[in-house]
Amino acid sequence: MDMEMKINKSKLSKSTKNDLITYGMVILTYIVVQLLVSMGHVSSLIQGLLVPFCTYVIVAVALNLTVGILGELSLGHAGFMCVGAFASAVFSLAFKDVLPGGLRFFLALLIGAAAAALIGFLVGIPVLRLRGDYLAIVTLAFGEIIKNIINVLYLGVDSKGVHFSMKDALSLQLEEDGVMLIKGAQGVTGTPNDSNFTVGVILILITLFIVLNFIHSRTGRAVMSIRDNRIAAESVGINVTKYKLIAFTVSASLAGVAGVLYAHNLSTLNALPKNFGYNMSIMILVFVVLGGIGNIRGSIVAAVLLTLLPEVLRGLSDYRMLIYSIVLIVMMIFNWSPNAVFFRKRLKQKFLPGRKAEKEEA
Amino acid sequence: MNKFSEEKTVLLETKNLGISFGGLRAVNAFDISVEKGQLYGLIGPNGAGKTTIFNLLTGVYTPDEGAILLDGVNLTGKKTIDICKAGIARTFQNIRLFSDMPVLDNVKVGLHNHYPYSTLEGILRLPRYHKVEQEMNARAMELLEVFGLEGYADYKAENLPYGQQRKLEIARAMATNPKLLLLDEPAAGMNPNETKELMETIRFVRDRFEMTVLLIEHDMKLVAGICEKLTVLNFGEVLAQGETQEVLNDPDVITAYLGE
Repeated sequence: MDMEMKINKSKLSKSTKNDLITYGMVILTYIVVQLLVSMGHVSSLIQGLLVPFCTYVIVAVALNLTVGILGELSLGHAGFMCVGAFASAVFSLAFKDVLPGGLRFFLALLIGAAAAALIGFLVGIPVLRLRGDYLAIVTLAFGEIIKNIINVLYLGVDSKGVHFSMKDALSLQLEEDGVMLIKGAQGVTGTPNDSNFTVGVILILITLFIVLNFIHSRTGRAVMSIRDNRIAAESVGINVTKYKLIAFTVSASLAGVAGVLYAHNLSTLNALPKNFGYNMSIMILVFVVLGGIGNIRGSIVAAVLLTLLPEVLRGLSDYRMLIYSIVLIVMMIFNWSPNAVFFRKRLKQKFLPGRKAEKEEA
Repeated sequence: MNKFSEEKTVLLETKNLGISFGGLRAVNAFDISVEKGQLYGLIGPNGAGKTTIFNLLTGVYTPDEGAILLDGVNLTGKKTIDICKAGIARTFQNIRLFSDMPVLDNVKVGLHNHYPYSTLEGILRLPRYHKVEQEMNARAMELLEVFGLEGYADYKAENLPYGQQRKLEIARAMATNPKLLLLDEPAAGMNPNETKELMETIRFVRDRFEMTVLLIEHDMKLVAGICEKLTVLNFGEVLAQGETQEVLNDPDVITAYLGE
């Protein structure tokens, strides 16, 4: 067994090495940040952003699985985050005093991931059978619908069971001792704060583990073959709809995990345009495009930098979207323009002689 | 069944195959019978319906009428992936590789259905993942060696020279372990040297894997050089059918296809 592993490692060394660099980068960043925090070099503002960083990294990596590996465009990943966030927040609130913190958060994670996966699967079934950009259109609508539904949803629980209404809190007709779980536009209040930076980083590592291993497995190859040439993939016996659905469901469920992390960092969870709306979905897509489509490590870097950028340029907050678009254009040129690619290759050869331009596919 | 009788068995048979696109009768009453181990050529002028027949055989189009039999099994109206599982593999006129993936992985996608493990086993990298992946790598390398591509295993498919891309497509098709290999203009865009090499490769594939090959080709030298039987199509109909030399000397064929 050990021998086998070794042989395998030497054969796949390039991709394995790349993966290890990615894991190492995350762990190193974690250690550095923890050191800086303990030495008091990090402002409370940035400290408060540590968990959102993790959330965005996870959801960006998840979206990259759809955009970069599957080659489909999703404009509703904030919606899947929203599903994961609310499903898990309701669970955690309902079992706040019943279960111990660790176990409760673990179950909340599973529930959030499962809920998002289920919704992703249901959205994917009709859409992924079609060719073309239908997924983008449908997920765009889905993201808005789910946010608006949650804004009018009232959910409560008492001794008789679970009550829900789309009208108002009174029509739930809860008993005296009943507990309100979702209060319409006021959202979920009192969710236990189970998230912290360490948990976030662990979840990033788990997400990376799932996504990177997925890509380098038989399933991942099938998914990428569909991306590269659907007709050829069919001709060698790949079940196109099945593998598209698998990839999209995994991607949605990981977005759900990001939602769980997000929900358990706040005492009040609302479905606002700011956090789960269309703009958020686009922002996640910007992370993916800036980091390089299909480049997992790039998504992580882009998610962190672009979340940090508006904080650093806080005074220019109004111009944030303007700066985004400028950065986006510059990065697109840097990533895709033939001249820029040539320039990068020359730069690489100059500074890293002996290494060919093999990092391209990382 | 002894070897002698096996040599004469019919592998692929179509009966009265036909399809129309709108008012255009693309293929009409197409009959063909390819024996096991045969190198069979399908020729005809541009637009004669050759590629349409390949698309019918591989389930890209569903025939309006007629039947397709492979080894006695009716494949009419089946989906592409089922036809692949039944044993027909193909290459494409305009090369269709998984261009962003390494050469080795292109072949491994072809091996997909023969080396199964679940998605979960892949993500968790359970022992079965390592075992099956290793077998896959070994088999894929073996196939690459057959086509002299072993040195390119780590290259991105799109970075291969043109002739090698053609070979990789054949290697990928062979990875599905087919009974019948369909080659759609394998020599298109090749220089005479590459064509010669390709002819040897095709013959080698037939001998080494005891493969049956049906190929579409424009290059008369290639067709005359390796095909044992020919069918000539013109305007979707069979113009002539039979032994290669006979067909090529047929005055009708010369007029329709080779010019006056």
